[in-house]
Amino acid sequence: MKKFISGNHAVAEAVRLCRTQIVAAYPITPQTPIYEKLSELEAGGELGGIMMRMESEHSAMAACLSASLTGVRTFTATSSQGLALMHEMLHFASGARSSVVMANVNRTLAAPWAFWSDQTDSLSQRDTGWIQIYCEDNQEALDSVIQAFRIAEKVLLPCMVVLEAHYISHFMEPVDVPDQTLVDRFVPPVDIPRRFEVDNPRFSLGVVNQKQYRDFRRLSQEAMELALEVIEDVDKKFARTFGRGYGMVEAVDTEDADLVLVTTATITSTARATLPILREKGFKIGLVKIRVFRPFPTQALRKILDNVSKIAVIERNISLGREGIFCSELKAALANSPVRQQIQGYLAGIGGTDVDPGMIERIVVDAMERKEAMDGPIWMTE
Amino acid sequence: MLTETSRPTEVMRSGHLACPGCGLAMGMRMVLRALGHHAVVVVVPSCAAIVSGPFPNAALDVPLFHSAFEVAAPTAAGISNALKVQGKDDIPVLAFAGDGGTFDIGLQSLSGAADRNEDLIYVCMDNEGYMNTGIQVSSATPRFAWTGTSPTGNTRRKKQIMEIMAAHRIPYAATACVGFPEDLMNKVKRAKEIRGTRFIHLLSPCPTGWKIEEHMSPKVTVAAVETNIFPLFEIYDGTRYEINHESRSLPVERYLSLQGRFRHLTEEQRLETQSEVDQNWKVLNAKASGYAC
Ligand SMILES: Cc1ncc(C[n+]2csc(CCOP(=O)(O)OP(=O)(O)O)c2C)c(N)n1
Ligand code: SF4
Ligand SMILES: [Mg+2]
Repeated sequence: MKKFISGNHAVAEAVRLCRTQIVAAYPITPQTPIYEKLSELEAGGELGGIMMRMESEHSAMAACLSASLTGVRTFTATSSQGLALMHEMLHFASGARSSVVMANVNRTLAAPWAFWSDQTDSLSQRDTGWIQIYCEDNQEALDSVIQAFRIAEKVLLPCMVVLEAHYISHFMEPVDVPDQTLVDRFVPPVDIPRRFEVDNPRFSLGVVNQKQYRDFRRLSQEAMELALEVIEDVDKKFARTFGRGYGMVEAVDTEDADLVLVTTATITSTARATLPILREKGFKIGLVKIRVFRPFPTQALRKILDNVSKIAVIERNISLGREGIFCSELKAALANSPVRQQIQGYLAGIGGTDVDPGMIERIVVDAMERKEAMDGPIWMTE
Repeated sequence: MLTETSRPTEVMRSGHLACPGCGLAMGMRMVLRALGHHAVVVVVPSCAAIVSGPFPNAALDVPLFHSAFEVAAPTAAGISNALKVQGKDDIPVLAFAGDGGTFDIGLQSLSGAADRNEDLIYVCMDNEGYMNTGIQVSSATPRFAWTGTSPTGNTRRKKQIMEIMAAHRIPYAATACVGFPEDLMNKVKRAKEIRGTRFIHLLSPCPTGWKIEEHMSPKVTVAAVETNIFPLFEIYDGTRYEINHESRSLPVERYLSLQGRFRHLTEEQRLETQSEVDQNWKVLNAKASGYAC
C-alpha cells in the first residue's frame, strides 16, 4: 500500500513488518520520530515485541547486542552524538557476531553543534565491523531495513542502514509499504544461535590469547567477504518478491562515459536528474551510486570503473587531514586498475548545505577541463 | 540449610584464576550456589571475569556472557527481555560487576535499568578499588585507605551505593559478605523469588589489595559487620529497612588493624573513621526503626 510518509516513518514501518522482538532506543534529533513511531506501534500492540526505553545509546547497544545473542531480532536507531557514544559497543556487537540492525540518521557531529545532514558520523564507524548501507530515498530506507535483517541474521554481523538527516529522515514521499504476508515470506522468523541456553551452558566472549584473537578477526573478515555475496543475493530475491532492487552499486550511462560521477545517498538523486541535461549539453558523463560501504564492493566497482579515465567523487563528509572518505576508499579500490585514472574528490553538501544541479554541472566542467587530479579535495560552495 | 552448605551443588567449578584466598571468588561461589544452574550470568571486566576463566574454558557451569565494563545492567536486561520474548519467563539473569563497574563507570546504566525496574539480579562485588587493573582508588574505596592512586590515603568518603539504589525504589536491595555465608545465600534466594531489579552489595575482601593474609577474607568481613563499618541489612521497595544482624559495635580499630592498607592511619584519622561509622550506623538504625512500624 502506498503511504505518504517520512523516511523515519518508513524505517519504523519496516521494523514493524519484520516483527522485531526487541527495540532499545534513546532519542536524538533527527532520529527521534523513529523512536516515537515505534513506541506508538508498541503501545497499540502492533509491534509485538518489547520496547526498552534506555537511558543512553551506549546502553541501548549493550541491550540490543545481548538480546541478539539470546537469539531474538533486535533493532535500534540513532544519529551523530548517539552513534559516537555507542562506539565501544559497536565494536562489541560485531566482535560478538550479533545480528543487530540499526538505522543511523546522518547528522553533523559537534563541535560546533548542528543538526544537518553529514555522513561523517557513520563513516567514522568504518572499522567497527558493521555492514553499512546508504539510502537514496525513503523507499530505499524501508526496503534496506527489511534486507538488513536478512543479511545480518545470515552472516552474523550487525548491519547499519544509513539515511540522511532531513532529506530522508523528515521529507515526505510516497512509499510502498509492502503487505505483511509478503514480508513474512521474505523475512522468516528469526533463526540465529541462542548463546545462553541453560541446558547447554557456554561462555561467550571469554578472554582470548593472541592467536585466538587473530583467528576471531579472520573469521569476522571472512564473514564480511561472505556478506558481499549475501547482500547481492538478498537484493536479487528482494527484487523478485517486491519488484524493485538496488544492488551494492548502481551504474547509469557509464559505458561510453568520458567522466563518471560517483555519489552516495541523496546527492545521487540530484546527479541522476542532472545527467540527461548535461548529456544534452554534450558532456559524455555517467553516474555510479555506491550503496554499500562495508563490506566495500571493490569488485563491483572495478567492473564498472576500471577503464574509465576520469572520475569525480562527490560527497558530503570529510576525514580531516585527508579528503572525502568515499574518495579515499575508491582510490584504494582502483589502485590496481590497468589504466591511469584521474580521480578527483569534491566536497559538496558538507554540513547539510545544498547540492543543486548547478553545482553538479560546475563539478562536471571542472573535472572535464582538469588535466590532473589534485592530491586533496575541492570544496564546493554556493 | 546446614546440609546445603555442607553438601553444596557447586555452579562454580575448580580452576578459577583468582589470587589465593580471594574473597571475591568465595563470594561468587556462594552467590552461584544459591542461584543454581537454571540461570544466565553476565560478568564484566573485573576480577569476577578473571574468576570466570579464559576462553575456551569456563569456571562457571551456567551460560555466561562477558560484556563491556560499564554495561552489566543493560546487558543483563537485554538478555532478560529477550528470554521473555522467547517465552522463557522463569530463567533468572544475574550480573556480577565490581565496585568500579557499579559505583563509578556503570552507575548511569545501572540507574537506567533500576529505573525501568528491569528483571535482573545485580551483584556488586565490592573489593573497594579497581583491583583487576592493579589496585586503584574508586568511589567505593574507604576514606584513608591506601591504593596505587591514593598513595598517601584516600581523601574521599565511600559512596553510599545502597542509598542510591534505595532512591530508585527497587523492590529489593541487600548488603552481604562472605563472613556470613548463610545470610548471603538466603539473600540471593530471597532475591530469586522477587521480580524486578534486585541489588546485592557484596563486600568482597581482596587479600592482594587490602594487604591481608590469605586465610583472612571471611574474618575481615565479620569484623566489618561487627564494627558497623559494613552493616548487614535489606531494603524493600526502597523504603522499608531491615537490619539483619545485631552487631557488637566493636571499635573500628578491630577492623582497620587487620589490613595493611590502613597501616599508615594516624590516631586522628582513626577517630574520624569511628565517628563517621557511628553517624552512619545511627542513620541506618533510624531508617530501620522509622519504617518498621
Ligand atoms: C571503558 C573501560 N575503561 C577501562 C577499562 C579497564 N578496566 C578493566 S577492569 C577495571 C577495573 C575494574 O574494577 P572493579 O569494577 O572495581 O572490579 P575489580 O577488578 O576490582 O573486581 C578497569 C578499570 C575497561 N575495560 N573499559
Ligand atoms: S586482585 Fe583481589 S579481588 Fe582480584 S583476584 Fe586477586 S585477591 Fe581477588
Ligand atoms: Mg573493585
